[in-house]
Amino acid sequence: MIETIAFYIFSAVLVASAIMVVFSSNAVHSVLFLILAFFNAAGLFILLGAEFVAMILVIVYVGAVAVLFLFVVMMLDINFSELRKGINTYMPFGIFLGIVLFIELVFLVFQGWVAPPSGGPALAAPAPMLTEISNTRALGQLIYTHYLYVFQVAGLILLVAMIGAIVLTLRHRPGVQRQRISVQINRKRSESMVIRQVSSGAGAPKL
Amino acid sequence: MANIWFDLWHNSFWHGIAGRGITILAEVLIVIVVLLIFVAYATYFERKVLALAQLRMGPNVVGPFGLLQPFADGLKLMVKETIIPAGANRVLFLMAPMLTFTLALVGWAVVPFDDGWVVANINVGILYLFAISSLGVYGIIVAGWASNSKYSFLGGLRSAAQMVSYEVSIGFVIVSVLLTVGSLNLSNIVLAHQPFWMWLLMSPMLVVFFISGLAETNRPPFDLPEGESELVGGFNTEYSAMTFALFMLGEYANMFMISALTTMLFLGGWLPPFGIMVAPLTWIPGILWFIGKICAVMFLFLWVRATLPRFRYDQLMRLGWKIFLPFSLLWVMVIAGVLLATGTLPNPQ
Repeated sequence: MIETIAFYIFSAVLVASAIMVVFSSNAVHSVLFLILAFFNAAGLFILLGAEFVAMILVIVYVGAVAVLFLFVVMMLDINFSELRKGINTYMPFGIFLGIVLFIELVFLVFQGWVAPPSGGPALAAPAPMLTEISNTRALGQLIYTHYLYVFQVAGLILLVAMIGAIVLTLRHRPGVQRQRISVQINRKRSESMVIRQVSSGAGAPKL
Repeated sequence: MANIWFDLWHNSFWHGIAGRGITILAEVLIVIVVLLIFVAYATYFERKVLALAQLRMGPNVVGPFGLLQPFADGLKLMVKETIIPAGANRVLFLMAPMLTFTLALVGWAVVPFDDGWVVANINVGILYLFAISSLGVYGIIVAGWASNSKYSFLGGLRSAAQMVSYEVSIGFVIVSVLLTVGSLNLSNIVLAHQPFWMWLLMSPMLVVFFISGLAETNRPPFDLPEGESELVGGFNTEYSAMTFALFMLGEYANMFMISALTTMLFLGGWLPPFGIMVAPLTWIPGILWFIGKICAVMFLFLWVRATLPRFRYDQLMRLGWKIFLPFSLLWVMVIAGVLLATGTLPNPQ
């Protein structure tokens, strides 16, 4: 009963905020609605009993990815009338993409989720029953025991993307003074100061 | 007649939910009220500690020893006018302090104050706390943007970059604790018995966690988001009255939360210090140990504030990314290696 009510609330807010992400005129508001959508998706995961996935969704997407989105979007000075100029040329293609995706989704919903016949080996280790063990443990077994190599390959792909981003943005600017703490700490008095005896009226001799 | 109504009530579907709802509501109210009293007195505590560190008296006029000072401050902030700048985004401007304050309170739902004294004993308690603490940045960044002021905006941006950076090392510290305990439940983490050498192995992580906690709560020496010397007041430049008070309360509640996390992860939560379960120590109720440990960590926060000058921003980033991140990553591997080599990797099932 309560679960049903919660499900409909989360779903309604999720869909509404997803629509607002697209339609709101202010880019910052879009990101904030996106965050609301993430939250409601996390709520749906909790209703499914997948509390670990829900928390990771909040930590990774809301806590890190969306912060960076917001960071960038806030600093942009977007001129919306400028952006809207090309809308007529891109509109047909956008509508076409939307229709294709929608038809695919409709097929998926009415056909149901069927594993391909060649998927036998991949299904060798199905997810353990949630009644027996907590879903954090179930996920750990799947990712780090049964599908370790696939998981590592996914990690390597992310690493390549990360290195690519760094290579694209790395600039060596001349004239940047870096702080070297070890050099600062290891300075000796003898190499940084000299004590001179100055007789009065004569001034300090040149170094 | 009354009997029939009672039976109807008793047998009805709503009885269970209503009864549980009332219990949970009462628990939540108790936790929030006690927490807010502690937060109010944390401001007094901070001013007294800073005063002692600087050879001053601190607040001593309102009430005996100045004990009523927090209430005087609260009353003042409540009756002052809330000023909303002309160019501000009104909704987000007012939402930001509420968000900060609410997020600072909701984390306490999963904190075990004593054996079994917890509002929601969920499986993924530590992840929940990590998620909540990583959301804290939104209040500040939204405040910075909605104020429509350059100082506020710069403060918000600084805060976003800073909190994202230090979350990474906090994440690794939490991973290392999870490796030794084998559970994401906070009560299990507190109750897990560790041999002494393990405690020794974890102590560098305690240091990393505490310093990252200072950065995560925007406390000195990492209070660049509100760096007065260059940004007026940083993200809360434009805030006044209760909106400002909510930011303040949120900041102190977050400090308590980091202290509570330090206590639960490293200092044994409600158990006596170092897990010494001998007679005179075990007579003291667990909640007093818990509060005492939290206050001790809180004192560290204030001590650091009284002692250290503010970091420069590049030094802050350097510490987070070039020192804490590699070190905590390495130390996670060291701890995992030691656990694997000694065969003490927990495997509860």
